[in-house]
Amino acid sequence: MAGMITAHLSPEGSARPRHIDESPLARRLLIGLALLFLALVVFIPLVSIFIEAFRKGLALYGAAITEPYALSALRLTLLTAAIAVPLNTLFGLAAAWAITKFRFRGKNVLITLIDLPFAVSPIISGLIFVLLFGAQGFFGPWLDERGIQIIFALPGIVLATVFVTFPFVARELIPLMQSQGSQEEEAAATLGASGWQMFRRVTLPNIKWGLFYGMILCNARATGEFGAVSVVSGHIRGQTNTLPLHIEILYNEYQFSASFAVASLLVLLALVTLLAKSAVEWRTSRAMAATQQPDPLAREGGANHAH
Amino acid sequence: MKGSKSRRVLPGFGLSMGVVIFYLGLVVLLPIAGVFIKTAGMSLSDFWAAVSNPRVLASYRISFLTAFVAAAVNLIFGPLIAWVLVRYRFPGKKVIDSLVDLPFALPTAVAGIALTSIYAPSGWIGQWLAPLGIKVAYTPLGIMIALIFIGLPFIVRTVQPVIQELERETEEAAVMLGAYRLRTLRRVVVPELVPAMLTGFAMAFARGIGEYGSVVFISGNMPMRTEIAPLLIRTKLEQYDYAGATAIAMVMLIISFAMLLAINYLQWRASRRVVME
Repeated sequence: MAGMITAHLSPEGSARPRHIDESPLARRLLIGLALLFLALVVFIPLVSIFIEAFRKGLALYGAAITEPYALSALRLTLLTAAIAVPLNTLFGLAAAWAITKFRFRGKNVLITLIDLPFAVSPIISGLIFVLLFGAQGFFGPWLDERGIQIIFALPGIVLATVFVTFPFVARELIPLMQSQGSQEEEAAATLGASGWQMFRRVTLPNIKWGLFYGMILCNARATGEFGAVSVVSGHIRGQTNTLPLHIEILYNEYQFSASFAVASLLVLLALVTLLAKSAVEWRTSRAMAATQQPDPLAREGGANHAH
Repeated sequence: MKGSKSRRVLPGFGLSMGVVIFYLGLVVLLPIAGVFIKTAGMSLSDFWAAVSNPRVLASYRISFLTAFVAAAVNLIFGPLIAWVLVRYRFPGKKVIDSLVDLPFALPTAVAGIALTSIYAPSGWIGQWLAPLGIKVAYTPLGIMIALIFIGLPFIVRTVQPVIQELERETEEAAVMLGAYRLRTLRRVVVPELVPAMLTGFAMAFARGIGEYGSVVFISGNMPMRTEIAPLLIRTKLEQYDYAGATAIAMVMLIISFAMLLAINYLQWRASRRVVME
């Protein structure tokens, strides 16, 4: 019906030919197809996690997430993220500063190397640390003599997590700082600001939302990493089990409801991550709109003076 | 160059570069080099025996084939979803747009158990497919479903900005010249999207080859039939066959690096296109 109405109106309403857009029928068909696909692949799995988690009732849900093994897995996961995220944030800031504020040879090679961990299978990300620090690894005997354990212990889990989440903050900051240019920092330097003052007063306010989003992404991956951690962890309950590994164990023991209950905690974290992304996008688009009008002239003027 | 001197006005090059090289070397390059050193310690015949064993070859075939098909399916539905999200208005669009990122944010193990329970023969979707004789979970089809889930955002998010930047005038001009909509789409719109689609495809494919968490639950892990290469590495490690695991990993690493270079090249070419226009 709606299609017929627009078809009647359009000849007078505008000079645009009718077939400039898809017909309303085609539109609905395409929207329907897209939504059906998303439902089958993304939405139904998401909803099913909560339904499975509460299937056996609230009491079992509560028991599953407050059981000692679950709590110790949660503690280990949080501790690992609390080490990996700050380390990779510092690295991301340093990398973005070096890459976007200076010119040097081999910059593209450096950017590709930063991306490397994204290209490596999680299992291989675990394997490389077993080869280095495992009992039969390069440093294994040396570490063994001194009673230091890395693989099947916290350091191995942290190392694998740091490796896997390595590029997140840098990948978020590099394009952002590239698009912002360095005029503001150069102005601050000319006015006699020290490096630290410049970073804190000029750079940080400009990049804070991108930095925040990079850290959120890094955190999501750090808390959810499965493959790499499963290789180095040793799966000792109450000691080296992270939340995703705990989910696997429960699932393999056919404790499905408990497994989905613990999984639902990680789903909540994923949803918070998505919310944060929307918030950051909304902020940056608003900030862009606010600076857009007076900006073009000022930017061009600044660039001319610099050269 | 003149520019390089004026850039050095800013402080911190030495410090930031030092941190980057030290940390990159320690956390990424040194550990990866371990795989190469370990492989170099193997004799050529041992290496060959390890990677050409029928079970290993089957796992490569399964990993590559399922990743390829999954990326190809996303190559159809990814641009469709991107198009619908950019061009049409419908209720709940914002929420659906963020939902596309869920596979990036959701831990892979969680995705794995959720997909398995839905597509198992007794699951919500599986029970409707079972009478038709279609088995999803514990077959290669199940692996593909998991990899479609994992790869979807790569293609949607690379194509979406390109659709946003498309100039509607070109489409309108085509229409003025008498082209029908389908022809306009095929001749004017699709060629603009191809570079982004290729990049997204390569990213989804590369990710799919190495994917582990979302696949191991749904695949059933039967040697020769549904055992993916990363799982076989894991199994060899558990049997303390470090050399065998490393050899398989070496082959996968080389392929991943080649994919990474290809993706960077595709992105570089796509960005050059934009600049030139």
